[in-house]
Amino acid sequence: MMIDAVLFYVFAAIAVASAVVVIGQRNPMYSAFALVVTLCSVAVIFGLLGSPFIAVLQVIVYAGAIMVLFLFVLMLLNVKREKDSPSRGQRTLSGVALALVTVLVLQAGAVLLRSRPTPAPDYDASTFEMAKILFSPHFLYAFEATSILILAALVGAVVLAKKEL
Amino acid sequence: MPSYLPIVILGAIALGFGVFVLAASHIIGRPRPDARKLSTYECGMPPVGTARERFPIKFYLVCMLFILFDVETAFFYPWALVMDTLGIYGLMAMGTFFLVLAVGFVYEWKVGAMDW
Repeated sequence: MMIDAVLFYVFAAIAVASAVVVIGQRNPMYSAFALVVTLCSVAVIFGLLGSPFIAVLQVIVYAGAIMVLFLFVLMLLNVKREKDSPSRGQRTLSGVALALVTVLVLQAGAVLLRSRPTPAPDYDASTFEMAKILFSPHFLYAFEATSILILAALVGAVVLAKKEL
Repeated sequence: MPSYLPIVILGAIALGFGVFVLAASHIIGRPRPDARKLSTYECGMPPVGTARERFPIKFYLVCMLFILFDVETAFFYPWALVMDTLGIYGLMAMGTFFLVLAVGFVYEWKVGAMDW
């Protein structure tokens, strides 16, 4: 399982690096494309965890459909390249500082609670097993509620985007 | 963990084909660039104006509706796998889910959300 670990670290590094590009990039279009790279690397990690279905959904729904939505918003608003502001260096510095403090606090919490990262339990994450759990009576209410959520989003999108109904 | 070898092979063939075509045209072809060849390609039409313009919100609406039904389809796939074991319970669970979204579909149709 050596190759698994190597692949995980490679794609985790790509995901983090492209996520940094997403926020560091001045051109919003490039940010959007860097986000595609992040989402695809996360899809590979899902695949490494033994869930090809979630990996494919990640690519189809997030890297595909939702990214198109992002790009449409950028095109709708005609977002231009971000202008340099005088306080940019200051803000970058405070952002890095905040990130470091967050990591320190989380690490301190982990040390205090004596919790160590445990390897994932050896469960069966295949699509079939996932489907059995998803459609079990335990998750039935959540599943049906999802349809209401999608319906609400549909009506909301139509009402917002259509001028005359 | 499932075997991803077929996907890796598929990706390698796709990448290999792209590299082969580019390399072959680079080696065999004789580039004779002119202004028309180097201009932006837009489906064979002469490009008009800038592409950095605002787009009508209609595209956004179509995209949004697409994503919502895309997500709906994502639930159908795992359901199809366990359909046999669930029996009538599974049919009713998915039937309710589908009915609620069918209401949404009828709504968007009647309201003319898909008219251009």
